Amino acid sequence: MGALKEFWHKLGSPRWFFQISSGWVTGFGWAAGLLIATGVVWGLGFAPEDYQQGNSVRIMYVHVPAAMVSQSVYMGMGVAGLVLFVWKMKLADVAIAACLPFGMVLTALALFSGGVWGKPTWGTWWDWDARTVSTLVLLFLFIGIYALREAIEDEEIRGRASALVAMVGTINIPIIKYSVEWWNTLHQSASFTLTEKPAMPPEMYLPLLVMVLGMYCFAGHNILSRMRLEVLRRERRTQWVRTMFTEDNAV
Amino acid sequence: MNPVRKRRLYLAVFLLVAVSGTTAALMVALEQNINMFYPPDQVVSGEAPVARQIRAGGMVAEGSVVRIPDSLQVEFVLTDYNGADFTVRYEGILPDLFREGQGILVQGQLQADGTFAAHEVLAKHDENYMPPELVHMAETSSPGGSQ
Repeated sequence: MGALKEFWHKLGSPRWFFQISSGWVTGFGWAAGLLIATGVVWGLGFAPEDYQQGNSVRIMYVHVPAAMVSQSVYMGMGVAGLVLFVWKMKLADVAIAACLPFGMVLTALALFSGGVWGKPTWGTWWDWDARTVSTLVLLFLFIGIYALREAIEDEEIRGRASALVAMVGTINIPIIKYSVEWWNTLHQSASFTLTEKPAMPPEMYLPLLVMVLGMYCFAGHNILSRMRLEVLRRERRTQWVRTMFTEDNAV
Repeated sequence: MNPVRKRRLYLAVFLLVAVSGTTAALMVALEQNINMFYPPDQVVSGEAPVARQIRAGGMVAEGSVVRIPDSLQVEFVLTDYNGADFTVRYEGILPDLFREGQGILVQGQLQADGTFAAHEVLAKHDENYMPPELVHMAETSSPGGSQ
């Protein structure tokens, strides 16, 4: 508990975050590269095709990680929103800004890859069922918060407005998750649940697992890099940033 | 925690609870509209409106697919394997996944005689994924066959 509290207080210092996150960015970057490369070759080249979908089953290796990670990124942004709203931690504002572009692109990728899969499987690119619409709402939330932040100049108001929308928008995440159970949908229900064994053999779900882990590492790498850049920009007039750039001009 | 932060935390929690509640109420009220399709029992019982643009869904009953020669017209029965089934008429190209025992969504109008005139047929894929060899194994090992 004491260590957690100390970590919490240290998070308030942008300088501390900048120093400690350097190693994380490198670690996540390498892990992401390795895992995604393995997953792509394994999933696209070696995993078996499906008895009904044929080769289009391989779209899953992009679609599922994109959808899962985009929702997780949104949840992370919602937590950052709560931290910013209640504790006014500056780093949380930086985190919200950093989550937006990555989440936006991943959600768009999930929708697009879903359409590409839906065309040969369902017979349509798009249909208005609860899963697809709630995912579209997720995309609009990312875009909306991004636009909101661009529109407000005052840093304090910008932070509070985006924190509120990010927080309230988390309600959409369980809706996406359970949409396929609460309503009749075109989208199938989850192949993976905590209580039952996966509805596909290991030679299909192992590469998928690798891709999901890889995508999470990529998210960590991308978001932390953006946060570091933003911290530098905001702290550019402070002593520690100035000395960093003058002492060794290597940067 | 200092009182100002505590107040903001309560405000945040209140906001989340209030918006969740509103959303939940909206979703319950709009349930019929959020549901993508009417299952066979609702079509048969008359819950689904007649002569209005709706979607219905079910499994294609085994041995029910009749193709009219020299045309794209096809007739099949959608069932829930639970006693409720209805006949669908459709003219057009069926999706690749269309086959007996497959979950299917049809869009069109329910006729007064209880048949369904579809102008769009979509295949619903379920959550089960299997390599072809495994399906073959399952079929040969269990007399009931796989789905």
